[in-house]
Amino acid sequence: MAKLNINGKMRDVQAEPGTPLLWVIREQVGLTGTKYGCGVAQCGACSVHINGEVQRSCSLPLSAVKASDKIVTIEGLSANSSHPVQKAWAAVDVPQCGYCQSGQIMAAAALLKKKPKPTDADIDEAMTNICRCGTYQRIREAVHTAAGNPTGGRSADRATRRS
Amino acid sequence: MKKMTFGNGQRLSRRKFVVGAATLAGGGFALGFKAPFVAEAAAQGGVTEVNIWVAIKPDDGCVIRIARSEMGQGTLTGLAQLVAEELECDWKKVSTEGISPSRNLASKRAWGEMGTGGSRGIRISQEYVRKGGAAARIMLLQAAADQWKVPVSEVTVSDGIITHAASKRTIGYGKIAAAAAKVTPPDPKEIKLKDPKSWKIAGKPLKRLDTADKLNGAKVYAIDVKLPGMLNAAIKDAPVFGSKVVSFDDAKAAKMPGVKKVMKVRDTAVAVVADTWWHAKTALEAVEIKWDEGDNAKVSNATIAQHLKDGLAAAENNGERRNGDAAAAITGAAKKVEATYSTPFLSHACMEMMNATVKLSAGKAECWVPTQNLEASLAALSESSGIPLAQCEVHRHDLGGGFGRRGGTQDYVHQAVAIAKEFPDTAVKLIWSREEDQAHDFYRPISVCKMSAGLDEKGELVGLHVRSSGQSINAWLNPTGIVNGKDRRQLQGWWEEPNDAQLGYTVPNLLIEYVMRNTHVPVGPWRGVNTNQNGVYMECFIEECARAAGKDSLEFRRSLMSKHPKHLAVLNAAAEKGDWGKPLPQGVHRGIAQFMGYGSYSAATAEVSVDAKGKLKVHRMVLALNCGHAVNPSQIAAQVEGSVAYGLSAALYGEMVIDKGRVTNTNFDTYEIMRLAEMPKVETVIVPTYDFWGGVGEPTICVVAPAVLNAIHAATGKPVRELPLKNVKLV
Repeated sequence: MAKLNINGKMRDVQAEPGTPLLWVIREQVGLTGTKYGCGVAQCGACSVHINGEVQRSCSLPLSAVKASDKIVTIEGLSANSSHPVQKAWAAVDVPQCGYCQSGQIMAAAALLKKKPKPTDADIDEAMTNICRCGTYQRIREAVHTAAGNPTGGRSADRATRRS
Repeated sequence: MKKMTFGNGQRLSRRKFVVGAATLAGGGFALGFKAPFVAEAAAQGGVTEVNIWVAIKPDDGCVIRIARSEMGQGTLTGLAQLVAEELECDWKKVSTEGISPSRNLASKRAWGEMGTGGSRGIRISQEYVRKGGAAARIMLLQAAADQWKVPVSEVTVSDGIITHAASKRTIGYGKIAAAAAKVTPPDPKEIKLKDPKSWKIAGKPLKRLDTADKLNGAKVYAIDVKLPGMLNAAIKDAPVFGSKVVSFDDAKAAKMPGVKKVMKVRDTAVAVVADTWWHAKTALEAVEIKWDEGDNAKVSNATIAQHLKDGLAAAENNGERRNGDAAAAITGAAKKVEATYSTPFLSHACMEMMNATVKLSAGKAECWVPTQNLEASLAALSESSGIPLAQCEVHRHDLGGGFGRRGGTQDYVHQAVAIAKEFPDTAVKLIWSREEDQAHDFYRPISVCKMSAGLDEKGELVGLHVRSSGQSINAWLNPTGIVNGKDRRQLQGWWEEPNDAQLGYTVPNLLIEYVMRNTHVPVGPWRGVNTNQNGVYMECFIEECARAAGKDSLEFRRSLMSKHPKHLAVLNAAAEKGDWGKPLPQGVHRGIAQFMGYGSYSAATAEVSVDAKGKLKVHRMVLALNCGHAVNPSQIAAQVEGSVAYGLSAALYGEMVIDKGRVTNTNFDTYEIMRLAEMPKVETVIVPTYDFWGGVGEPTICVVAPAVLNAIHAATGKPVRELPLKNVKLV
């Protein structure tokens, strides 16, 4: 039995100490917005915030998390998808399949907390999660949008169409 | 080499289903067919079904039915736009409803085929879904005219509000829908569809309809399904493809927390079933398994490379295209150019790994699965469970990526059924680990290609001989696609026939040959399929020819394209928007490529730099696409951007390493994937000509790698002839 503070609620969970936090969140707490993508901290689909820092929960054992640690998952990022990153993701129409986007959004929210006006280089460095649909270009645009710099110095017109 | 045993099972499964369904369909799709769901619809809050594609709520909300799978490619939104355009409803009031394969089957396949692959989601369905929307509009207008006792020619509609101007009367779709449902549907043949030039909803860069629950964790993918009493399973299939389980020792695993059962699955695999997936996976690692590996365990990258190389020198071929006498033309040419290229096996690496949840009860089978072919999943469920199709149900879930992996094969459904058989009346969720997913894909086939050309004194291409040697997708998945030993699919993108994947060049003496060299490694369609490899071979070699001829890369191509105006127009669009011929910053170089697949024409330019240490940076890519009709330019751009990421990731890093008969790079630490920092700025130019319907999801990927490789050639002066680039020393 362990106690976890997830999205502002204390939860009792039954799992062995070595169980990755990801699987505790998914299978014990029942929050499935945090995704399994690789299990080896490579892809970032499992990204959550712990005390405000983005962490890859697939490789973090339950024993490494204290009851006093504040864990935030995608479900707890905001009420009604009102976080600026979520709003920017909607405005830029970022997701394709959407599977990796919980992790992408959590990574972007953590970046903006540290650097409210990130440069492209900051985004390159912080946004290392894998997206197989290839939404990277729109993720970059949406991070700039969330930072209040909608075009990020580039045109918002995505497709030129001639007929 | 021995093949995987369940290859045959898959083929049988699909064939059986197609035959069964065709019999049931009895003549195919019937527009206006009234599906027997009136009671069901009424129970859902007064929703009126006008026809199979359109149901209307009392508040004027329009529910548009979608048969195809959504895996991120945006087909759901595009199909809804096409129906809504003809329906003339208020786009803000549109929602969608996915049709289950059982419902389709029970309705004699009224919604047509459900397979979503080959970039067909929109181009194959567009006519009947538009007619579905138009038929509903005609019925709604007729009902309003009848109610007002005026000629239907006097009523108009805009945004779902019907107006009779003369009497200043209006009525919303919600209020007239019940009467409209009783109107005799129009004859589909008499329905006139709108001129795309007058489109107001279709053709516009509208936002996707399916974004909201991807932003807050609420979306339930099949991997997220939770059912009462559900158990979880982890599986390990034979690492050496085609091997069978000899024995396994579960003494340790059986005692581990939460474990319910350790079992053999379909002769080749061992699964652990437990209360949670983490328990199942952990216990599976403690099972000692012995497999009968046989000679396949001797196969490695090196032996496969030799096998393919032998194919280049062999006498026979398994597919050819020929005009003139290429050998004589090349022999007699003023200048000869020759190069041999190779491309590796690739996994799909969908972010949501393969999974399926199955519950078997007396006379009923249910499955929750991410699938590109709901009907194939249903057939697999029925075949493996022995429960008739009519008593099987596959629950729809949008996919966490597909890219060709989740089509006809349905291996994970067969496995999940085999496991669930041991637990009657209990849902069992099978999830593959990432390692399992990488080790048991149907990989993009490996091939090598020898290209030879002759140039005359003026540097014109007088002869071209292409000989590719590699593994056949049809041989693995669809042997009936090989006719008289010829496998045309392997020549995709080099075909003479127009409209699908035609080579855009005219060469006076041309010989294109494919020689089949199969391995024990399973292969299947991978976004863009053979246009990927064939695009690299043709476009990189044309680049080498242009350079040997001392000509500009664009002009050399143009000189071969006068009989292919659509290919040429797209090449020109890419060149123009890509600033071909204009100065570049110091150290930046350009490449260009064009190719065709999936009924659409693609071209690209790439701007790259290679530093003194050989480090590559792709700065900018411009992609031009003529897909005939552009249903949603913003989503087309998204697909183009995605094709750059998927194609470039493969070009930079993608390869399966086969050693001792198995894949050895089974996670993202060893099968690297391109990240955001490496994504070039992508500009999409859509040049629709409105005289055909082409695909979108796959066409552009085939020009991504060649444009980049040709830019590298420009930067270093050396051609790149093998992939991935991580294995190539650029300087």
